Formats: sequence, C-alpha cells, structure tokens
Amino acid sequence: MRRHLLLVAFLSAADGGFAEVGGDPERGEKVFGQCSSCHQVGQGAVDRIGPQLNHIFDRAAGAAEGFRYSAGFERAAAGGLVWTYDTLDRFIENPRTLVSNTRMSFRGISDQQDRDDVLAYLRQFSASPANIPEAAPTAAAVDHSVAPEVLAIVGDPAYGEYLSGECTSCHQASGVGGGIPSITNWPADDFVVAMHAYKDGVRAHPVMQMMAGRLSNEEIAALAAYFESIQ
Amino acid sequence: MTFNRRIFLGTAAATASLLAAPMVRAQGKPRVVVIGGGAGGATAARYIAKDSQGAIDVTLVEPTRTYYTCFFSNLYLGGFRDMGSLGHSYGTLAADYGINVIHDWAVGVDRDAKTVTLAGGSSLPYDRLILSPGIDFVDGAVEGWDVSAQNAMPHAYRGGSQTELLKAQVMAMPQGGTFAMVAPPNPYRCPPGPYERISMVAHTLREINPTAKILIADPKESFSKQPLFEEGWNDKYAGMIERIGPDFGGANVSVDPQAMTLTIDGDVNDVDVCNVIPAMKAGRIAEIAGITDGNWAPVNAADMSSKMDENIHVLGDAAAQGDMPKSGFSANSQAKVCANAVRGALTGSTVFPARFANTCWSLIDTDDGVKVGATYEATDEKIAKVDGFVSATGESDELRAATYQESIGWYDGIIADMFG
Repeated sequence: MRRHLLLVAFLSAADGGFAEVGGDPERGEKVFGQCSSCHQVGQGAVDRIGPQLNHIFDRAAGAAEGFRYSAGFERAAAGGLVWTYDTLDRFIENPRTLVSNTRMSFRGISDQQDRDDVLAYLRQFSASPANIPEAAPTAAAVDHSVAPEVLAIVGDPAYGEYLSGECTSCHQASGVGGGIPSITNWPADDFVVAMHAYKDGVRAHPVMQMMAGRLSNEEIAALAAYFESIQ
Repeated sequence: MTFNRRIFLGTAAATASLLAAPMVRAQGKPRVVVIGGGAGGATAARYIAKDSQGAIDVTLVEPTRTYYTCFFSNLYLGGFRDMGSLGHSYGTLAADYGINVIHDWAVGVDRDAKTVTLAGGSSLPYDRLILSPGIDFVDGAVEGWDVSAQNAMPHAYRGGSQTELLKAQVMAMPQGGTFAMVAPPNPYRCPPGPYERISMVAHTLREINPTAKILIADPKESFSKQPLFEEGWNDKYAGMIERIGPDFGGANVSVDPQAMTLTIDGDVNDVDVCNVIPAMKAGRIAEIAGITDGNWAPVNAADMSSKMDENIHVLGDAAAQGDMPKSGFSANSQAKVCANAVRGALTGSTVFPARFANTCWSLIDTDDGVKVGATYEATDEKIAKVDGFVSATGESDELRAATYQESIGWYDGIIADMFG
C-alpha cells in the first residue's frame, strides 16, 4: 500500500521522520518571510541569491533555468534528487543534511508545523505536485481517508478514456497547464485520493466537487488508470 | 470490493446494448458528415476520427477557414483579448486526424438518399449526419431590425467581424453617449453572454468615456448570474448601467437603424450604439433538413440523435435537448456523447452511458471572474440537470482573480479539445 493511501498519512519516525501532510498556507507565507531575502515566489518571481521557487514541486533539483548552482547541488541533481514534499521538508529542516556543500547558509526550520505551513504556501505556486496527497486548500487535509479496497480497484483505461472527455474540456490532455492544472501522468493512487477528496468535499473547488461528486469508485479508478497511462 | 475489469466490461456492454444496436456496414468505411465547425461539430469530428483510428471517414463542412470563437469575444470588447487570439484554423484536424475539411455551405439534406448538398454543387453521402450549425435569428424578432441593418446595429452574437464592428462603434462613441442593448428572449446562446458583454463595454467606457451610459432593454424577468452581475455593476460601474425589464416595457421594443433610436414601450431613446441581439433559432440547415419543431431541433438525450431521424444528430445551440444551456462547453460535452454513440453504431465499438457537464465563466471587471456550472444525465425525456453550483456574491478578490485565471485555462483547454 502506498504511503499516499491516507491523506493524513505520514511515515513513522522509524522511517526517517518524513513530514506529515498538512499545512496552513497563510501562516506559511509568514514563515516564508525568513526565506524571502534569498528566494522569490509568485507572479514575477526571479532568481536572487537563490532560485525562484515557482513550480518547485516535482522539479528536478538544480533545474531552475539560468540559475548558477553550487557544485554540491549539481552533484545532488546528477544523483537524481527531485523536489517532493518529503525531500523539500528534509531540505528546509537543515539544508546541509540533504545537499552537502550547498551555498544555502540557512540554519533550517526545526518546527514541523512551520515546515508544513511553508510548504503548503509554496505548493500554491506549483501546478501539479503529483506526489503530494492534496486537500483543500493545499495539503491541509485531516480526517479524510480512502479505504484500501477503493485504492485496490483496477480501473479500466478504455472507460477512463471515455470519461476523460468530461475532464478535457478544461484540462489539456497534452499535459499543458495554465489557469487549470495538468492532470496527465499522475500516479493512479494520487489521482484517486485527490478525486475522493473532492467527492467528499475535503478539497474545495466547486467544479471539481461537482464533477467528482457523481463519479463512482470504479469510474474514478478508470480515470486514474487512463490519465496515468497517457503520454 | 475488488473491481474486476471483465465484470465491468460486461456491464458496460450490457448498458451499451440498450443504447445503440451496432450497425456495421457490410463493406467500405462508414461515412460521417459533420456540418458546422464550432464547439459541437469540431469536437465531434475530432473525437470520431481520433477514436475510430481511421475506421470511419469523417468530413467536416464549415464555411469559414478561420473559426472565431463566440465565447471570449466579450473579452475582446473589454480589451482583455485581441481578435487574433480568438481565431483558430482547421489545419490540425485535417493534417493530424485525417478529417476531410470542406469550406463550403451546406444547402440541402436528402434524408432518404442520405446525402448533403453543398453550395458549390457537391454532394456528400453519409451514414450518419451530425448537425452543429449554431444559431440563426428569428425574422422580425425586433421591430425595425433585420440582418440588412446589422452594420448600423450589430448583433455581434457570432464571433468575428460583427464583434470587431461593435467594438469600433464603442470606441467611437461621443463622450457622454449612450450604448444600448436589446437583450434576447429565452432560449438563446450563452445565457450570461449579454450581461458579460455589458460588463466589458462598461469596463471600456469607464476607461475612455466615463460619462457614457448603458441602457438595456430586456424582455426577461431575470437572467443568468443576475445577482453577481448586479453586484459587480453597482460596485464597479456605479450609475452607468440601466436595465429596463419587462415590467417597464423591456419586452416592447423597436429600433430605427437610420435614426439610431431605440423605442422602449413608446419612449424614444436616441442612442449612439445599439447592439441588437434578436431572438434565436437553430441554424438554417436544421430547418432545411426538416428536423426542427418550432425554432429548435428536438433530440434524444442518450446520443443526441434527432427525434425525427435516427441517422441525424444535432449538437449544441441548435438542439432542443432539455436542461443544458446553449454554450460552447455544452456543445463540446454533447459532441463527445454523440461521437461515442455514432462510433458504436457504425463500428460496433462499446457505447458508454451519456454524461454531460457545463461550466460557464464570465468576467465582470479586471480579475473579477465568476462562474456557474452543472452536471446532467440522459433521461427518456431530456438531458436533465443533476447538480450545480454558482459563484457567490461577496467573494474575495483573490478568488475572483483565480476564477478568471481558470477561465483562461478553460479556453485553452476547450480549444485544444476542439481543434487538436
């Protein structure tokens, strides 16, 4: 069972103390203040001492175009480091524990809630953080779960392709995002969790609540199977 | 419960058998002709061609080489889009999907012979005909107006040159002048469209002609998103807009294009621009094909087939289908149901149950977007509404800005869905 099984899921301390999924983006904006002397995020954000942080989730480390990274970061990037919720969480807790010799001389954010909040804030500027079990307004879900048997449903991609017609009036099948994010190539479990979060009213978007609201578990699985499969 | 694909497909097939009995041609490829290359027709053509993977010959008949969307044309009036961004070609449908795109007018349908006649003289045989012709205007709907007067008093209710004309007229209004609109009666294309247009004209006038006035003669008691528009007009364009509903004569209007007057319940108003949006009916080819009942073409909700001819399907604004509004989104949604059903009927592929949805965004002012939407299902009687929502009054500036950005994303999405 994937760790995305539960929106409130978090890995145990024995597993390395990964972040609990949840956070208050408004509070996170305040926490981000301590980062803002080096990093910008949002409309018009540019590289400063550190790279701009738009679309940071799912971005390969060291991949901000035009930014000159340290050798330590180039090494980490070459090793395949990708900015997921968990890797970002670890990084901002203490940058040097994840990327040795980084120029980022920041003491880190020790408080888990502070990190959750600032990541929830940064998540607002990422179009499709596919590895994050999300909930409204960002990753702040609580008391919501998707039963294992629901995640175990094997979706029929052919039916999903037909159902996807209801999605592709807005979401571009090519994966291009804009005012409406991409939903292509999502891992199926993440797709299922997100859709059930809408269906159960945990995620707030009214269009998505309406669309997900009438989808059966099998139909959600079918859509997940299709969107995971298309290139 | 563990989902079993085999069981599911069996269920789907059983459902499909209720919807359409496959009718595979004995020899040769089945032929589908689509008339009208808008949100309904372009989508249907693309989905049939894409999903049949060459098993069906698809021909799309559309007079214009560049399709200018009517949706988002109001944003052009408000200065938020340029006309070029609203124009789209059919090149990808032809090149990447193998659709035979013919730029001509369809002028005849022989339902017995199953052929379509084009103005250029050609005849196109079909196994299934899909009509998505959009709207035409009801003759005499507004006393004093007909299409010969549309240069003096534009309708601007089809995308393209009429919209450009209307904007030019707005930009040329004298300071303190009057922009008038004759709003249409129900049912008509894009229920919030006239009122988004008022918002966009007000936006432009506030910038270049702040003492100008806007006068609306409206035959309807109420209109789509009314509380949202009225809230926005009061907040953003205070004192500029006056709407005269039917209680005060808004349904009793006439115009004089030469004198540039709008008469409302006997009261003559001198105006500088008059946007006349007449009552509407299905595009003329639907009437020629003999599948209309009154102004619109009745259809079966399950597959959008005509109630008068099972080999003809009608999409979008032209269809009398039930609860869905006449919108680009609706036409796009209906087209996918139709495409799936037509493909199933012609090739024996699985036909899934019909599902319909619509969402409609409107812009009131800069970064001030609102929306309404609903889901629908097919019943024996009609396309019936299942669930819906509408933006709330008093929403935050941030939410309204996000809604506008979402609408831009939707535009890009539906264009990709229509034209590939």
